Amino acid sequence: MSRANPDTLTAPAAREPSVLHAEDLSKAYGPITVLTGVTLDVRAGEVHAIIGENGAGKSTLMKLLSGHATPTDGTMTMSGVPVAFADAVQAENSGIVLVHQEILLAPDLTVAQNLFLGRELSRGLRVDDRQMNRRTAEVLARVGSTARPTTRVGTLPLAQRQLVQIARALLDDRKVVILDEPTAMLANDEVDALLGIVRTLRDQGVAVLYISHRLEEVEALADRVTVLRDGQMIGTWPARELDQRRMAELMVGRELSMLYPPKRGLVETDPILTVENLTVDHGKISGSFFARPGEVLGIGGMIGAGRTELIEGLMGLRPAQAGAITLNGKTITKPDVGTMMAAGLVYLTEDRKGKGLLLNDGMGPNLTLQALNIVNPGLRLDRRKETRSVKSAVQDYDIRIRSLSIQAGQLSGGNQQKLLLAKVMLADPSIVIIDEPTRGIDIGNKGQIYRFIDDLVRAGKACVVISSELPELVGLSDRVLVMRGGRFVAELTGEDINEQNVVYAAASSGDETEGRKSA
Amino acid sequence: MSNAEIAALPESEGFQIRWADLAPFIALAVIVLMGALINSNFMAANNLMNVITRSAFIAIIGVGATFVIATGGLDLSIGSMMAFVVGIMIMAMNALAPHLGTWAIPVGALVALAVGSLCGLMNGLIVTVGRIEPFIVTLGTMGIFRALITYMTDGGSLSIDQSLRSAYRPLYFGEFLGVPYPVIITLVIALLGAFILYRMKYGRRVTAVGSNSDVARFSGVHVGRVRTMAFVIQGFCVAVAAICYVPRLGAATPTTGQLWELQVITAVVIGGTLLRGGKAHIWGTVAGALILEVIANVMVLSDMVSEYLVAAVQGAIIIIAMLAHRFTSAR
Repeated sequence: MSRANPDTLTAPAAREPSVLHAEDLSKAYGPITVLTGVTLDVRAGEVHAIIGENGAGKSTLMKLLSGHATPTDGTMTMSGVPVAFADAVQAENSGIVLVHQEILLAPDLTVAQNLFLGRELSRGLRVDDRQMNRRTAEVLARVGSTARPTTRVGTLPLAQRQLVQIARALLDDRKVVILDEPTAMLANDEVDALLGIVRTLRDQGVAVLYISHRLEEVEALADRVTVLRDGQMIGTWPARELDQRRMAELMVGRELSMLYPPKRGLVETDPILTVENLTVDHGKISGSFFARPGEVLGIGGMIGAGRTELIEGLMGLRPAQAGAITLNGKTITKPDVGTMMAAGLVYLTEDRKGKGLLLNDGMGPNLTLQALNIVNPGLRLDRRKETRSVKSAVQDYDIRIRSLSIQAGQLSGGNQQKLLLAKVMLADPSIVIIDEPTRGIDIGNKGQIYRFIDDLVRAGKACVVISSELPELVGLSDRVLVMRGGRFVAELTGEDINEQNVVYAAASSGDETEGRKSA
Repeated sequence: MSNAEIAALPESEGFQIRWADLAPFIALAVIVLMGALINSNFMAANNLMNVITRSAFIAIIGVGATFVIATGGLDLSIGSMMAFVVGIMIMAMNALAPHLGTWAIPVGALVALAVGSLCGLMNGLIVTVGRIEPFIVTLGTMGIFRALITYMTDGGSLSIDQSLRSAYRPLYFGEFLGVPYPVIITLVIALLGAFILYRMKYGRRVTAVGSNSDVARFSGVHVGRVRTMAFVIQGFCVAVAAICYVPRLGAATPTTGQLWELQVITAVVIGGTLLRGGKAHIWGTVAGALILEVIANVMVLSDMVSEYLVAAVQGAIIIIAMLAHRFTSAR
């Protein structure tokens, strides 16, 4: 691994004013060190990307810089003046703000009420709504949001909420804005809009620290890139010296083998699952499709296009009217998760933490919850068999755990995703639908999950993958269906499966807001 | 992970004592110790047995409440439901006594179990099919059961037939090998509850539903059925308590079981079961019921604090227990 040109070492804060400088920052929780000796230099008017696999220490570093945690060791200076933050409020007063990855807004309050939450403007005893709405409109315009200050946040689409969250961070003048995975929940066109806003901020002289898993964004946006790995700083490079592949290699610490397994090619087997005129959300979303053994069927489209809703309808997880569902030769009239599983179909939710795993429970209860009747044929729990299942899942899916009694919530995102995969595969299905198979997990685990998908398809099972990550959709699928506004609008096969075609089909006729409403 | 690595995985993360799980038992021991120091009569075998016997009702109902609360539900109707079941049982036994003699007692007990389970089923179905908050549903049925027992007793009392008294009396006052029957029944119910909760698939589903009902639903668990069944178990436990209660006073009145729901919920919560569901401690509930009764007994025996303040001390206990829980789990 070459460590050439980490330019913080060669050109410290000389060319441009360094608005924030951290020297030798370390953080330990008890005996466990999560970050050691990070030296970071942030200049006004730059986008500085921080990349690294999950667990590399990105979040910890951001917490230290924004006062959400205090460093065990090391110093920070702002424009040359030493600073130490006891909490996030002190950091914000100094001009550093962290925009969290999760949307932390009160859905029942208006945009303006959210922006001023806890620091309402008042005239005498009365809150000054007019003034707050006026200033909200200003800052919304600054981030390019079309939301109105008086709109309830709960009625806004996800992307707009993300912008509101950024707007809240910008309400007061900021020197450093830290964006933690701001695009994790956004679809492609929304990402583009957000990147534009980040550039505007940069041009206004704000220093932006940008954390993302999406290397294409980093390549498109960043001026400099700092790489963390295993809690250590690998170095800082000018972005123009790195391409995506090099960034990934620096993050992983080894040369990348091919991320996507070679495709299996189009198969002509008889469908294992056919769905005709499945309708959910009172007809706003409906579709027909089929899946064949030995293929990966990709379902693309923007967030809110109705993909997840359609599949949840298929699984009986939301009200649906079905034309006809045939699964493994059986006609399913009243679908629910149990009948579908018995007939050979399982669904892996996109919402790992909210709908996939019991975060406060152990490996065993999580792994066996869905296939409880298969692992335990009688009424009693078979603890021994459960432990055996856990051990073989840990081995087969390479789940990294410290002990067998670890809780699901203590696993990293990638290991949680592997546990979830092991959980739905425990019933030995012949077709599996995976919704966002690698959302928010690092590149090493991504590659593994792609290989698991490849393995099971090569073993003659069918796999349907819903993905908003275009490289993933394109890299995995043998056939792609694109949904827009609650309808399938295109089917792509072979050479036609590329990012341009998917984007064109997903967003072309400009009615994407239609799709959003049905989200 | 490789085979060797997996074989080397520790079963648990070191020998951490789980203070949160042990807390109710430690608290019970401390209170018993205090009782012994305050008044020498407290440790008399007679007094201790009395205390344990009296705690049986709250413990038995508490086992059922542990199920309901573990699923994320709440049953406020249990106190009035018990009074209602007691009333029905007495009426059934009195009606049957001329024909069946003392056989009216077991038949009456079966009637009680059926009525209790049906009451629970009703609560459960309204909650799950009607999709109404359990707090509201059981607030409603609490009023209904209370009014029914008041109506059945005509505002006075409904007594068990004289011919049945002596035959039925031992169920509360009698003992087997020196252990009072209510204590044995409590043990049996708690053992059964622990078996269902920790050893059976249904128990696993109970905690899954309470922990995160969406995860349970997405895993194919019939959330509604699991919740309804928990209410049925609650109703069954209420009926068992009612069967033990009838021989104690031999009558039902409009105030039978009044405010027991609060005592039961207190016992469950200080026993370590999370009120928002997902974690259930059957034996903690039993310890919780004992704690409440021991405190009352110690206060009666001591001259320092008026026994009129028993409820205040019990109320303080639940708050202290929750604060202690917050303190130990924050780290």
